[in-house]
Amino acid sequence: MAKTVIEKIIQAHSREDVSAGRIVWMDLDVRSARDFGGPNVVKNYEREYGGAALDDPARTVFTFDLCAPACTLKYADNQQACRVFARKRGVRVYDVDQGIGSHVLMEEGLARPGGTAVGTDSHMNILGAIGCFGQGMGDIDITFAFRMGKTWFEVPESVNVVLKGNPSPRATAKDLALFLCLKLGTSKIALRSAEFYGPAVRALDLAGRITLCSMITEMAGIIGFIPEEIVNPGKSAAAFASAGEPPVAADPDARYADTIEVNVDGLEPQIAVPPSPNTVKPVSEARGVRIDSGFIGSCTNGRIEDLAAAAAVLRGRKIRPGVMLKVVPATRRVYEDILSTGILKTLFESGAIVLNPGCGGCAEGHAGLTGKGEVEISTGNRNFPGKQGKGSVYLASPVTVAASCVKGEIVSPGEI
Amino acid sequence: MRSQILRGRVWVLAWPDGRLIEDIDTDQIFHNSHLHITEISQMGAYALGNLEGWKDFPQKAKPGDILVAGRNFGAGSSRQQAVDCFVALGVKGIMAPSFSAIYFRNAVNAGFPVLRSEGLERPAAEGLLRSGDEIEIDLSSGRGRNVTRNESISFEPMSAIQAEIYEAGNVFRLKRS
Ligand code: SF4
Repeated sequence: MAKTVIEKIIQAHSREDVSAGRIVWMDLDVRSARDFGGPNVVKNYEREYGGAALDDPARTVFTFDLCAPACTLKYADNQQACRVFARKRGVRVYDVDQGIGSHVLMEEGLARPGGTAVGTDSHMNILGAIGCFGQGMGDIDITFAFRMGKTWFEVPESVNVVLKGNPSPRATAKDLALFLCLKLGTSKIALRSAEFYGPAVRALDLAGRITLCSMITEMAGIIGFIPEEIVNPGKSAAAFASAGEPPVAADPDARYADTIEVNVDGLEPQIAVPPSPNTVKPVSEARGVRIDSGFIGSCTNGRIEDLAAAAAVLRGRKIRPGVMLKVVPATRRVYEDILSTGILKTLFESGAIVLNPGCGGCAEGHAGLTGKGEVEISTGNRNFPGKQGKGSVYLASPVTVAASCVKGEIVSPGEI
Repeated sequence: MRSQILRGRVWVLAWPDGRLIEDIDTDQIFHNSHLHITEISQMGAYALGNLEGWKDFPQKAKPGDILVAGRNFGAGSSRQQAVDCFVALGVKGIMAPSFSAIYFRNAVNAGFPVLRSEGLERPAAEGLLRSGDEIEIDLSSGRGRNVTRNESISFEPMSAIQAEIYEAGNVFRLKRS
């Protein structure tokens, strides 16, 4: 039977007949745990399986990205518990110096086109950007995966999302992602796999694809794929072990639950206003909102392309006094790149605080929190109340964030 | 055999006008500032701790209670604590029109009943399903009743794997794995 992208990938990892709606057992190429979830996995494992061997230590990893290096005693204890478990069982730890786990999996080639990977990270479906079936799971699931190397999964239906037209040259991948959060909400692709087609996604480089696919979670989708050929892989490709491998394509007569057309022609920069990633409008409509802080980074916008775009805005400019801009590269590789290309210097000279790679700024922890009444503009993927502290958070692209930090208020990137 | 019949007092997570609260995310259920907690018994105190109007839920909840919520319950992160915090309080199950995928799996794997029902929104909005009502549901048939108001309730019966894991207690005890 003709198959969608997700059906194809799962079929290649299952001995059962795979089609949407079926619950099947699926083999996992990689299972990972972070510094949150990870300690619970360790605890569950010791309790449930004791000394029993992992299915395959070489396909099992820890990635510490949330609180890196540990800033509370609890996190320090938890990370250490994972390290001890890992040493004992021959499992590799991508430690606190390496950056965001999902990105590390792509860079290291553990996650590859056509593969399957799970981890204790709800944005693991970001791997859809390279055509890998990634899925975030809780610690029970991951414990089971560590031991068995497989998981049960309900094969989701797929939705065809066709983007019509070409966005304005001012719009970035993030603006496209935010616009899709608005158009698809949390119901249109909910619990489904989305396949994106059209010139606007074909044009996206790898970093742009990562940005888009990182926000499928905010649309309540299982995963998003971009089966369109990669015309321009971009700078990040050099960091990815699997760069050059084509994305998985659907069979021509595969069955879709729905086809949704979204007109993105002439799309201008977008911004998600509090309280959710789905309350999105053009940046021009949020213009003039005073900001206290900015953040550039996260699994959504922490690649070299993102930081380079922000640096291009900040070059020769200063962040407005009283405004604080925090920058967090996604991985150590990205850090290396901003160091060698002078981007780090540009960011520093503009007044930005540049932190070590990881989830800081998105998750509570290293890049600080927002206080009551504080307004932050962020390149992250979530602005739910309480996520980054008590302040209110706007989500936008790296260039919009950079420009707004120079101005001290929300502005479109072209305006400064 | 674990009981297929759940009977208990219900908490309806709704706005003042009765509409079920949708998209309740895991930070509202179990805030990320408590993620370092790994002991299930300690998690109950933080259940719904970041959901406006429900911060006193841990004090109000009693073992055996059942939750009703709006669609896309458990959106957001993959934290198991967002399920475990209810287990810690002795909550028996959650019904909602839909759940986030990760949340649903986490609950299924923990042997904690999560039940999908499109038929909750209307009675909640019309005042025919309110916090404090006593309900009784049969997991095997997908049918139940609001005992207080003598209204029927229906929901999707559990899938084979969900029923199997529920029966086993949790995914670790699953025989065929
Ligand atoms: S950057 Fe944020 S959303 Fe992305 S993996 Fe880290 S904590 Fe999760």
